[in-house]
Amino acid sequence: MEKQNLLEVRDLHVSFKTYNGEVQAVRGVSFDVKKGETVAIVGESGCGKSVTSQTIMRLIPQPPGWIKSGEILFDGQDLTKLSEKQMEAVRGKEIAMIFQDPMTSLNPTMTVGKQIMEGLIKHQNLGKDQARERALEMLRLVGIPSPERRINQYPHQFSGGMRQRAMIAIALACAPKLLIADEPTTALDVTIQAQILDLMNDLKEKLETSTILITHDLGVVAETADRVVVMYAGKVIETGTVDEIFYRPRHPYTWGLMGSMPRLDLSREKELTPILGTPPDLLSPPKGCPFAGRCKYAMKICKQQMPETTSLQESGSHQVACWLEHPMAPAVEPPVEMVGGGSK
Amino acid sequence: MSTAEPKVEKILEVKQVKKHFNMGRNQVVRAVDNVTFDVYKGETLGLVGESGCGKSTIGRTIIRLYEATEGEIRFKGETTKDLKGKSLKKFNREMQMIFQDPYASLNPRMTVSDIIAEGLDIHGLAQGEERRQKVVELLKTVGLNEEHADRFPHEFSGGQRQRIGIARALAVDPDFIIADEPISALDVSIQAQVVNLMKRLQREKGLTYLFIAHDLSMVKYISDRVGVMYLGNLVELADSQELYDTPLHPYTEALLSAVPIADPDVGKQRERIILKGDVPSPIDPPSGCRFRTRCPKAMDICAQVVPKWQEVRPMHWVACHLYEEESLKKEQAKKED
Amino acid sequence: METTKNLTPDLFEPAETDVKEQEQIARKKLTFWGDVWRRFRSNKGALIGGILLLIIAVMAFIGPDMNPYTYRAQDYSVINKEAFGDHWFGTDALGRDLWTRTWYGAGISLLIALLAAAFDLFIGVPYGCISGYYGGRVDNWMQRIIEVLYGIPNLVVIILLLLWLDPGIFAIALAMGITGWITMARVVRGEMLKLKSQEYVLAARTLGASTSRMLVKHMLPNVMGPVIITIMFSIPTAIFFEAFLAFIGLGIRPPEASLGVLIEEGYKQLQLYPYQLFYPAAVLSLIMFAFNLVGDGLRDALDPKLRQ
Repeated sequence: MEKQNLLEVRDLHVSFKTYNGEVQAVRGVSFDVKKGETVAIVGESGCGKSVTSQTIMRLIPQPPGWIKSGEILFDGQDLTKLSEKQMEAVRGKEIAMIFQDPMTSLNPTMTVGKQIMEGLIKHQNLGKDQARERALEMLRLVGIPSPERRINQYPHQFSGGMRQRAMIAIALACAPKLLIADEPTTALDVTIQAQILDLMNDLKEKLETSTILITHDLGVVAETADRVVVMYAGKVIETGTVDEIFYRPRHPYTWGLMGSMPRLDLSREKELTPILGTPPDLLSPPKGCPFAGRCKYAMKICKQQMPETTSLQESGSHQVACWLEHPMAPAVEPPVEMVGGGSK
Repeated sequence: MSTAEPKVEKILEVKQVKKHFNMGRNQVVRAVDNVTFDVYKGETLGLVGESGCGKSTIGRTIIRLYEATEGEIRFKGETTKDLKGKSLKKFNREMQMIFQDPYASLNPRMTVSDIIAEGLDIHGLAQGEERRQKVVELLKTVGLNEEHADRFPHEFSGGQRQRIGIARALAVDPDFIIADEPISALDVSIQAQVVNLMKRLQREKGLTYLFIAHDLSMVKYISDRVGVMYLGNLVELADSQELYDTPLHPYTEALLSAVPIADPDVGKQRERIILKGDVPSPIDPPSGCRFRTRCPKAMDICAQVVPKWQEVRPMHWVACHLYEEESLKKEQAKKED
Repeated sequence: METTKNLTPDLFEPAETDVKEQEQIARKKLTFWGDVWRRFRSNKGALIGGILLLIIAVMAFIGPDMNPYTYRAQDYSVINKEAFGDHWFGTDALGRDLWTRTWYGAGISLLIALLAAAFDLFIGVPYGCISGYYGGRVDNWMQRIIEVLYGIPNLVVIILLLLWLDPGIFAIALAMGITGWITMARVVRGEMLKLKSQEYVLAARTLGASTSRMLVKHMLPNVMGPVIITIMFSIPTAIFFEAFLAFIGLGIRPPEASLGVLIEEGYKQLQLYPYQLFYPAAVLSLIMFAFNLVGDGLRDALDPKLRQ
């Protein structure tokens, strides 16, 4: 019954060296991705979500960045220990990535067809004709009209939405086991975003690829993800299924996120409750819980020690790192208006 | 056309405004074409639309960063076209703007206090100790404090910078503020801070906002009325709740249904209208109704005739052939009465 | 939960959250130029280049007076002698003191550097500013003029100038004045075009800022970075240009001394007295090297892409 873990990230620490000192971008991140599942990593800019995903692909520039400690187990193999050469065999073939800005991640001097075929020829030892056949198939799959004509065109001849489709075709061409989508729709307009999300949901059913979706848009998360990892200041503060996170969130930061977003389907009378202040500077992260400075419910302990991660049920699917879960802590009810829009 | 009684006085009238950019080689970008709307004193009018729909261009045309190619803009009853000298200075104080990119909207070589006091310096409103006092007061208004005055912009976070931008606009005591995507570059938790600050300032100072954004949820939250733009045209304008409850234009309908909702059950049940294709180029827009190439309800007439901008219900304007018949019938019914 | 030790109930009392603290800026206060200086300082090469320049400048100033000889006094009793006594660099074919001549020449080179910087600053920067700021038709005409000037080779200009001027520093300066600032004008114009659409510039316009205020407060301070870098790289070109002209006999002429003149003279004696070429060539190389090092360092320190 329980699906197998495809990816296990264990206590990952990543830092960057800057003129001002060491920025601890990722500070002990752990999460799993099961086969066929979509995991969303949400958080604000600078929370370490993109660094985490780039570390999985081993794409962080070294130097100034480096992996301080931790393991990234992909199919039982620790990616942090692979050489650059071995990693090349993993990238594109086993794990593929799509980026926020399709214009800068496509090669402008190569036809779209060639860019799809490149990976196929390299990783799957296909001949030129076979690769071309497969490239056409991929273009059709991602819904690009008249693929026979499009395959010989250059990226600048594609519109924004079409480019993102082409990116997805390139990423999925070698049938990777894991797809990392880093803000795949942020640069797109709403109507185009709807097209791409629709396509991604469609492909998820067809191809059974595991996906890590990195986004700041909780709407996108609610409509595409199975599980959610909430990150703040380089740490995972809450994980759970979509329903758990949206209807029964436990961390004050998650409450804050829900409360600071207006909902299109609800009346505008409801006041937004913003999270005050700004996230901590990761040059010198606070000793205790990084959210304590902005948290309405902060206790003395919060500023001294980082809380441990607590599982909320037997299955352990819903985990939260907050001192409020401690038996000695006062019972705090989440503010009603923040959770699930009151629909449950 | 019926005339609903305007609740309060009009602070801004935009009449048949066109803004075309000449790109050379006889190419003309029709960024804004025949846009007409009013803004009432004390309200927030939201303008939404996708990139390239002309919403920022109209904002910049109103505040005279661009000169309108055609049409008229009246601010407080006076046309803004030939403002000069003193009256232009007055206009510059009364109308202000908040910009999108908190990293590009503050001069990196100036201290925060010089940035905020820029309006005071230009208009000679305060000097020396008084100037300092005013800056500190403005900083406090936007939730920052005195120690921030001598720092440089790069030391601040995005949300803090955006608040500094708001303080700069407030320094000259404007009545009307154009907010051009003021929150789209900010994080979710920070967006709410800035929006709530804007709402509070509106209450306290009686400001009028033109709020330009692409995030429909936020626009609905902050605006009293919302206008929807597509490819240089205003296609629909109505009270914000009414627009979301009963959208008339097919584009508005599609746009609303495309916004993902942060509620898994609601989101998954929702019927989505997925528009085909992309927005055409504003250099060579489609004939007739500009939306017809992607419209699920397009008819033959849409390709031939530009739909009229009309008030089909009280205070609910739309430009779509689907409703022309409806309003025709109404007019006929009136005549028969 | 048992792993966390020594937890007492009082730790779970609500803590004060200070709103002020939430807006605190943790990093040290730094001005833009302070930041640049810090980064420049941490670049060893640039620092060495800077020190080298300083030494050369000081030597060019005091070097010629350090021994009793002048740059033009000939002494036929000590012709072509390698370093001896207080002739620290030896003497040339006419018995002139090479030490004095070399540093005198270095002074000329630095004077050329100063001139190049002045032309860049006083012609190139304003020209680029006006062209970029006003744009449209003004820009179009100014760019056409630049293109015409750029099309004329430097060497042709100087040869034409020599028809009615004596070869020397004035002719060189005039030639540089005609074309030397073009790169700077282009750089500044490009920056201005970029800056014009920056939101802080638009914000100043909506506040009703005058043209002079826009230029002085918003545009110029923000083009200073590229301007400094361009100057640092146009100076070596100018120095080299002077040396080249002297070498082919179109520049400064003996008995005046410039590094180019000295190299030309040394080159004639190369097989017999290589030291006569060595000293001036070494100083010229050092000057070029130092300017390039400093220029590189400044570029790294000023480049916003590397800032963070």
